[in-house]
Amino acid sequence: MANTTGESALDTGAVGAEIEDERRAEAVRGEPPFTEHPASGDRLAAALKDAVIAGLIALALAGPMVGLRTETAIGGLSLSQHWLPVAVIVAVVFLGRLLLNLFVWRTGGRTKPITATSFRLLPSGEQLEKWRWPGLVAAIAFTIVMPFLPFADRYWMDQAIVVLTYCMLGWGLNVVVGLAGLLDLGYVAFYAVGAYSFALLATNFDLGFWVCLPMAGILAAGWGLILGFPVLRLRGDYLAIVTLAFGEIIRVVIINWYDFTNGPDGISGIPRPTLFGIPFERGDDGFAAVFGLEYSSIQRIIFLYYIILVLALVTNFVTLRLRRLPVGRAWEALREDEIACRSLGINTTNTKLTAFATGAMFGGFAGSFFATRQGFISPESFTAIESFIILAVVVLGGLGSQLGIVIAVIFLNTAFEVLRGLDEYRMLIVGLMMVLIMVWRPRGLVSTRRPSVTLSGRAKAVRGELVGEGSG
Amino acid sequence: MNRWESDPILTVEHLTMRFGGLVAIDDLSFSVGRGDITAIIGPNGAGKTTVFNCVTGFYKPTEGRIAIALDKADAETLERLTAGGQRMSEDRNILLLDRMPDFEIARDARVARTFQNIRLFGGMTVLENLFVAQHNKLMLASNYTIGGIFGLSRYRKGQDDALGRARYWLEQIDLIDRADDPAADLPYGAQRRLEIARAMCTGPKLLCLDEPAAGLNPRESAELNTLLRFIRDEHGISVLLIEHDMGVVMEISDHIVVLDYGEKISDGAADFVRHDPKVIAAYLGVEDEEVETPAEQGASG
Ligand SMILES: Nc1ncnc2c1ncn2[C@@H]1O[C@H](COP(=O)(O)OP(=O)(O)OP(=O)(O)O)[C@@H](O)[C@H]1O
Ligand SMILES: [Mg+2]
Repeated sequence: MANTTGESALDTGAVGAEIEDERRAEAVRGEPPFTEHPASGDRLAAALKDAVIAGLIALALAGPMVGLRTETAIGGLSLSQHWLPVAVIVAVVFLGRLLLNLFVWRTGGRTKPITATSFRLLPSGEQLEKWRWPGLVAAIAFTIVMPFLPFADRYWMDQAIVVLTYCMLGWGLNVVVGLAGLLDLGYVAFYAVGAYSFALLATNFDLGFWVCLPMAGILAAGWGLILGFPVLRLRGDYLAIVTLAFGEIIRVVIINWYDFTNGPDGISGIPRPTLFGIPFERGDDGFAAVFGLEYSSIQRIIFLYYIILVLALVTNFVTLRLRRLPVGRAWEALREDEIACRSLGINTTNTKLTAFATGAMFGGFAGSFFATRQGFISPESFTAIESFIILAVVVLGGLGSQLGIVIAVIFLNTAFEVLRGLDEYRMLIVGLMMVLIMVWRPRGLVSTRRPSVTLSGRAKAVRGELVGEGSG
Repeated sequence: MNRWESDPILTVEHLTMRFGGLVAIDDLSFSVGRGDITAIIGPNGAGKTTVFNCVTGFYKPTEGRIAIALDKADAETLERLTAGGQRMSEDRNILLLDRMPDFEIARDARVARTFQNIRLFGGMTVLENLFVAQHNKLMLASNYTIGGIFGLSRYRKGQDDALGRARYWLEQIDLIDRADDPAADLPYGAQRRLEIARAMCTGPKLLCLDEPAAGLNPRESAELNTLLRFIRDEHGISVLLIEHDMGVVMEISDHIVVLDYGEKISDGAADFVRHDPKVIAAYLGVEDEEVETPAEQGASG
């Protein structure tokens, strides 16, 4: 680029470009330039009207999704009705919307037109920032008390456990795909390694859940390294193919190594987790008897729920912490530009390996939980489709975003459950919905990135379109 | 005697780089004086970037020796290392760059570089870019992550040091107000400055800049000159730069090496090179220019 024009022309050119940049940034960040809402006297009426509309939409959605549920009965399916949760949902939506309209969605004393905010269903970076801590505390509090809320029946708890398991898997894979930018299509391999390590250790050596759990994690991390070495030089499509193959190889080995893994018959009789040695069983030493409660099978489910909750939260906090440490920053830098990383003295080989191993370790933990929850595992649980679902969760949620993954898991799980009756059309519809979401938000549901360190102490989220996707 | 002869920090000897049949660099030898600003100039495709890639380990040279002397040039040790097949001397003073991978050159040989097409971490903030540059120091401070997870005091101190260094360089390049903005949002000139600051944050002894003034306006160009002089004079860092802008080159360089078609056609101080007929011929074509005979000019300018 030669400087052929004079100084002043260049100057204004540069300034002009800067202004243009700012304007573009403003357009992305701010609301579209809709006309202002009329007088403030109408505010309450407008807010009420909007809240009623939102309530009606919630009713239309929740009615068939939550209110009606098919259940297997003698001679076919029967429809059971649950109108209380529907009422709760509608009330929450109505009130929440009303309060948001009145107190949050307004600037300088004037409400913004509802269309301006409602077309953007997900919060912007700044809003996320503001609601971060209250939201986090509320979410954790809710997950802790949830088993004791009236709607939490066996079905609900099972779904909650599935959601948490996939959150954990998503967060684990997020380290590899979202942070380090390495496309891994064989993540289920580590889930399988964790499950089988746990099952084999527990059934052959009579070890308990809490002893096997860390070992399963370490073994899975070891396999992460073993996978990492051969694929280090591969990038993009090639990396994806090799990791896909790796996932299949592990499954095929499990099927065929009959003496060791019991092949397609799977492993049964995997011990259930105990609370400091107290099993969740009927009988004198069981949890119910020891604590003077009436025996109920839900107690074990609730205990499993708390285990996966703790595991998932640990995964979340450790990955968030790693992101703010040099190793995590190197992962992200690797995603942004590998060559620049090497020019700064970063050993990219080791950095990639640590990403693979860390992701694999969390997959291994989740696998052991899966094994102990089911009591029985077989290779059928670890097919490539599992890898794809976990990857879909990460991509749909927004690469690198922990919150996005939670939203994506809840969305996918709800979709799968609601569409359960449609059999083979289910995948089709879910796939279509995912395509639509990706068209609507190409960078995933939560695409903004939080800086890992700030000078001012106030984190400003980085817009999604600036963040690299990685090519390795 | 010139500094690049008496105490070179970098010596490149008989460097040849072939890509298949194409000879990008042909038997090139030159030295970079400690504490000098040395410029490599030459027409497009002369092989300047290829020299950088060989020095910083991104290309493995076909032939030749590239050595850095971090504290003091020492020909005897250099010969011993070459014969013994070692990478570096025991005291880590002399390192043979042609035997080292790229990231070790940046880490152990303390050669930092920038790129012709800016390579910032665009989705990370300005400050994060400077933190990534201090990765190895921070890694040590975090006890390879273990101490960092538990927030041990050693890590917190390392973090503070890193922040201090980043703040210092942000002040030097006048970007302190934009520390928390994404690097990709910066205007072009600021991105070039940030890339230099990022290289400086690795704590280099030799700074290699590939066309740092490309795309800058005259005011930014002048600021760049000031920054490079500051880096040389206040931090005692040797600078090797590739530049097309003759204004920049002639003004700040202590030593200029001219390449054409992969070969060195001139080597000396600015005044010497400016009047070298071979250089004028390569840049302008001989017929078009009435050239004064430089016969009376010595090799040392
Ligand atoms: N990786 C490569 N593979 C093949 N040829 C290459 C490679 N890198 C450089 N070359 C060739 O080597 C020659 C020198 O290229 P180089 O980029 O070093 O030139 P340069 O002096 O930096 O030019 P410019 O001023 O345009 O940056 C060119 O002919 C180029 O095509
Ligand atoms: Mg070049």
